[in-house]
Amino acid sequence: MFAYIIRRTFAALLLILVVSAVTFAIFFLLPRIAGETSDQLAAQYIGKNPSPEAIAAVKKNLGFDQPLYSQYWNFLKGLVGGAEYKFGPDPVTCHVPCFGYSFKNHLEVWPELTKRIPVTLSLAIGAAVLWLVSGVTTGVISALKPRSIFDRLAMGVALAGVSLPVFFTGALLLTVFSYEWPILDNLQYVNFTDDPIMWARNLILPWISLAFLYSALYARLTRAGMLETMSEDYIRTARAKGLVERKVVTRHGLRAALTPVVTIFGMDLGLLLGGALITEQVFSLQGIGAFAVQAIADNDLPKILGVTLLAAFFIVVCNLVVDLLYALVDPRVRLS
Amino acid sequence: MTAPIKTAGNEPGAPATVSPAKKIEGRSLGQIAWTRFKRDKIAVAGGVVVILLILLAVLAKPIEALFGLDPDALHQDPDILDANLGGLPIGNWGGMSWDHPLGVDPLQGRDLLSRAIEGSWVSLLVAFGATVLSNTIGTVLGVMAGYYGGWVDTVISRIMDVFLAFPLLLFAIAISTSLQGGAFGLHGLPLHIMVLIFVIGFFNWPYMGRIVRGQTLSLREREFVHAARSLGARGPFILFKELLPNLVGPILVYSTLLIPTNILFEAGLSFLGVGIQPPQASWGGMLNDAIKYYQVDPQYMVVPGLAIFLTVLAFNLLGDGLRDALDPKSN
Repeated sequence: MFAYIIRRTFAALLLILVVSAVTFAIFFLLPRIAGETSDQLAAQYIGKNPSPEAIAAVKKNLGFDQPLYSQYWNFLKGLVGGAEYKFGPDPVTCHVPCFGYSFKNHLEVWPELTKRIPVTLSLAIGAAVLWLVSGVTTGVISALKPRSIFDRLAMGVALAGVSLPVFFTGALLLTVFSYEWPILDNLQYVNFTDDPIMWARNLILPWISLAFLYSALYARLTRAGMLETMSEDYIRTARAKGLVERKVVTRHGLRAALTPVVTIFGMDLGLLLGGALITEQVFSLQGIGAFAVQAIADNDLPKILGVTLLAAFFIVVCNLVVDLLYALVDPRVRLS
Repeated sequence: MTAPIKTAGNEPGAPATVSPAKKIEGRSLGQIAWTRFKRDKIAVAGGVVVILLILLAVLAKPIEALFGLDPDALHQDPDILDANLGGLPIGNWGGMSWDHPLGVDPLQGRDLLSRAIEGSWVSLLVAFGATVLSNTIGTVLGVMAGYYGGWVDTVISRIMDVFLAFPLLLFAIAISTSLQGGAFGLHGLPLHIMVLIFVIGFFNWPYMGRIVRGQTLSLREREFVHAARSLGARGPFILFKELLPNLVGPILVYSTLLIPTNILFEAGLSFLGVGIQPPQASWGGMLNDAIKYYQVDPQYMVVPGLAIFLTVLAFNLLGDGLRDALDPKSN
């Protein structure tokens, strides 16, 4: 078990390293493909009409004249050891972990990111709780009474749910509950520690619009899984030995049917933690996603790189946690 | 003793036992699936809507020309837009009228019906293009990983892991933004469409790859593959002549289910302002514009929103129906 955890963690770390390297390469290669020279790249960091000397100095100090791999190496070194950039008259320090330094805003990327994490975390976790509870419950009830009125109704709603873009449901919810009947008006993110009630009140609409989409997906997934498991032989055995139906469903059926659901949940949550870009945009939440959109709009490379790395980190970690949970629950996983 | 048997066929009553109307014939898997599919009324309805939508998308330009619709024409007459209210459409439901059955957009007064029609071909072209791209990559690599196994499988599976660990949407946005200025000798709308197809298709292939790999793993050990191999067939022949025809079913089903996902993806990117650029009409772009007016002209966002919803729903219904029809396990 211990060896398995070490092996999986190591593989996850390697994966993050590869993702960061590819990210680095893409963002440094793409401007070149689009025809930008390293001079132009450097010129973006200086004011208007830069002199050739200034460009050369910036290029040297920021390392744009070095080959790609050594730039990447410097980036990695900054992550663990911090970095110092000789930019302008005063050198700037980027503290550990240095996710990069935005020369456009003269800000370190990491503190900017950590400021946004609580917003995205609140959004993602709240929505996840909602959709797991509603999606899985709906799926199980539907599967236990297939073709019943509840099943048909729930699956119809679920089909509509997976077909509605989240920016449309979000906008509709805003119109109805924030404007036409202003019971949830003036939505602004409030820290949980400052005022938990306002925190929840102002996040209800984003939670619902996200959770509606995902519950639909999870209800369909759970229903399909449950239908398949409940026709297995061991379910018949469990019933034959006189087990109460409630236990047959929860201990034997649901446990096996939830395996694919948990896998997908790990991926979905990881993706969302890296920024729920569209939902944050609709509800003007200043989370990681909004940060990313802004960074891309400003063409601020260090910020884009930092936020991508953080997002990849969340995805890999969530998948790792799911894998380890499996290993704890199901001994077969460790052997493969 | 042989006499009765010999005469059995000549007996007058014999032909009557086999009714000539109901001939028993062997049906191929495709025919079985087709009869199953036809029985599923909802799936058939989804299929019909999908065909109509494809026709609409293909014929969008001729339809616009025929009815004199211009998605970019501004209708800023004082009886259409209210200058006192900051250019809001006059009349109920976002300025619905005989001239503009779905109303006009605020400020510019462009006809929403024409823009919705114009948006259909952009949406479907991007979704189909991206689906073809990701399915081609996914199928080729998935079949190779599943069939050859060993280090080929390891390498391809690890590549898929890396792709799945990428924050897809972030990448799509970053790439489309940095190629916005022009690339591959393309500019404007053709460039945006190409970039969207590339970005969506190129990052979505691992999902198809995983499905095809799994299917190939189980097909590889089937008798007909062994038979082909013992007859001296080589790798590429087995891959493309023996395995691929058996994978058409799942590929078709997941393509139909991938198209709606890609439509949502394209709409999402255009909604974030990095997909199709205005003034070209696209459903996501219309929603991007409409959300600014959610308080004063909420009808505006209903038009592109419903267009996306109905299209995606139709493809999902068709895909679900095809999956049920092609999968003998499901009911």
